[in-house]
Amino acid sequence: MYIYDEYDQQLLNERVAQFKGQMERYLDGKIAEDEFLPLRLQNGIYVQRYAPMLRVAIPYGALNTAQLRALAKVARDYDKGYAHFSTRQNLQFNWPKLEECPQILADLAEVQMHAVQTSGNCIRNTTTDEYAGVIAEEVTDPRPYCEIIRQWSTFHPEFAFLPRKFKIAVNAVPGADRAAIQMHDVGVNIVRNDAGDIGYRILVGGGLGRTPILGEEICSFLPEEDLLTYLDAIIRVYNQFGRRDNKYKARIKILTKALGIERMRELVDAEFDRIRDGAGKLTQEELQRVKKHFTDPAYRELQNNPAELEAAKAESPAFARWLGRNVRAHKKAGYAVVTLTLKQIGTPPGDVTAEQMDAVADLADKYSFGELRSTHQQNLVLADVEQSQLFALWQEAKALGLATPTLGLLTDMICCPGGDFCALANAKSIPVAEAIQARFDDLDYLYDLGEIDLNISGCMNACGHHHVGHIGVLGVDKKGEEFYQISLGGNSGGNHTEEASLGKILGPSFAREQMPDVIARILDFYVAKRSEGESFLEAYRRIGHAAYKEAVYGPAN
Amino acid sequence: MAQLIKNGQLIQDSAWQLVEDSAEATSGSLISLGRWQSEREALLPAAQAGDIGLYLESDQTADLIGDDASSFPIIAINFPKFADGRGYSAARLLRERHGYKGELRAVGDVLIDQLFFMKRCGFDSYALRDDQELEVALAAFSTFTACYQNDVADPRPLFRRRA
Ligand code: SF4
Repeated sequence: MYIYDEYDQQLLNERVAQFKGQMERYLDGKIAEDEFLPLRLQNGIYVQRYAPMLRVAIPYGALNTAQLRALAKVARDYDKGYAHFSTRQNLQFNWPKLEECPQILADLAEVQMHAVQTSGNCIRNTTTDEYAGVIAEEVTDPRPYCEIIRQWSTFHPEFAFLPRKFKIAVNAVPGADRAAIQMHDVGVNIVRNDAGDIGYRILVGGGLGRTPILGEEICSFLPEEDLLTYLDAIIRVYNQFGRRDNKYKARIKILTKALGIERMRELVDAEFDRIRDGAGKLTQEELQRVKKHFTDPAYRELQNNPAELEAAKAESPAFARWLGRNVRAHKKAGYAVVTLTLKQIGTPPGDVTAEQMDAVADLADKYSFGELRSTHQQNLVLADVEQSQLFALWQEAKALGLATPTLGLLTDMICCPGGDFCALANAKSIPVAEAIQARFDDLDYLYDLGEIDLNISGCMNACGHHHVGHIGVLGVDKKGEEFYQISLGGNSGGNHTEEASLGKILGPSFAREQMPDVIARILDFYVAKRSEGESFLEAYRRIGHAAYKEAVYGPAN
Repeated sequence: MAQLIKNGQLIQDSAWQLVEDSAEATSGSLISLGRWQSEREALLPAAQAGDIGLYLESDQTADLIGDDASSFPIIAINFPKFADGRGYSAARLLRERHGYKGELRAVGDVLIDQLFFMKRCGFDSYALRDDQELEVALAAFSTFTACYQNDVADPRPLFRRRA
């Protein structure tokens, strides 16, 4: 992974010092509340329902074990002993004290971590595929490009006060969308052209929230070295012309819709033409410098499916089940990619305790070269595990409650913090997730249902990506009471880009107690109507929305 | 009158004031873009003599003045609210694209914690809001010793400077 040089470290140390000073001035009453707001936001601090929340950046999900242990220490020393992985691969502390945040950030800077631009109207953490660098399907490892974007976006002088937040995601698997790039302000698809050159297909104007829109193509092939200047051009257009009068209309998706993609492209191209060969143009030297940080670890020469693995599979059906579900093929023979699920029944999705973090760090040291990744599905990945070690790893992970064999299944939900923590929430989301997990805890049934994305957001801001869940749940407020609206048919396009879609609202909302029953009705209908091997989403698309509506609400009269 | 930092120093100045479009433009007047556009020929000599400057609102992009920028001794860019970031692009484009070399002044809701960014985008004078502490403001210009991106102060991004 990327290791800071003296410049990176110096910049981060200076940032820590800067924010310490800002906090002191704020606590002294020398900075007004509304003027301190963007300063604390750009340092990761939200003030939530009950306490401040600190969102620490995990750039494109990459973590080493020293960093994870440092995070565990923060959870213990400054918080209530746990933390929460978000849907943007970041980590959130829910109970730090405001005045202690500068010290937390100073502690984290020692392990090259920060909370820079994890919030606020600026360029946020770039996200990518949690399997980057270890799967055979990718065009190239997207992480060096993400790191280059990270550095370019960090303290960008022109774009610290954009109309609204700005999120970039990068995918490098052809035909797939492994980072939900169609739902981002800018989606970067790394591709190879017919001549074999690396470049990018760029999407613009995607986003969830109040007005969910899939991004549109603004550039079909951008040469490799033009990445940063092109991003500069897009964001410069947005900074100048994005709406600033209404925060719900301020995202670049609204500007793109208002102008039309052709006009947007003209404006961006006109800007780009004037800067593309300027000093901001990326160099091959820089690409090579950053790529050197993402070379393969010291893999051994091994065979696939070693005897130990086969024996363990035969012996333990539970292990075989986990293997089939939570373990994925690796580009290197004899290795595997393991997902540790943070979806244990009884704990909110994405939550981990300090003890679990320390234990996962030990596992990563022991089994996966001391590194791990966080995922936008709120899980953790050990990317380089020897197949012969999988059984041993499984036993340890199981003891820690991190081996629920449900990756991609109904109960592997995405869920935002919701009304238990978030000040913006219309409704709680965690209790809904828990009630659904508790109701559908039979593994055979879950396996029979197959892959289902169930996503829950506590309000229209859609942090739980409800629009792209096969089943989406949205918390709504009805005369001060918490209700839940269901949508069906959304898809983030994970494995097949062309299949991305936004869910459609099913009908009137439900009270929280009704939710498990309503979900059961939807699932029963699917099970009754599906044809052989047909997935939930396929069946929904074939049978149609109206039939599901009737199954849930009864015949229209 | 606002406190002014210019070229890293506190100065007592300044004569420059925005005047109404209907008022006479005299030495020390900052005029609106609209006025410049409608009275360009009449105002050009005074601008070139260094007597009048230009005042840009935050929704007025740099290309609206374009290469005419260099006619003025000073251009002030207004930040109606500190969170309105359009002025950063305007400043940068005046410097980098339109070749503007005169004084570039940030006016309006100009706060300490924006100064470092402003400087990088090409401002060289800052009419701080009255309540801002000058000592702290002066120190803010040296918050960071390196920057990743190319900017007006240094056209080379860090990756072109890294050994
Ligand atoms: S979706 Fe709404 S409730 Fe959930 S975390 Fe985001 S803002 Fe809060």
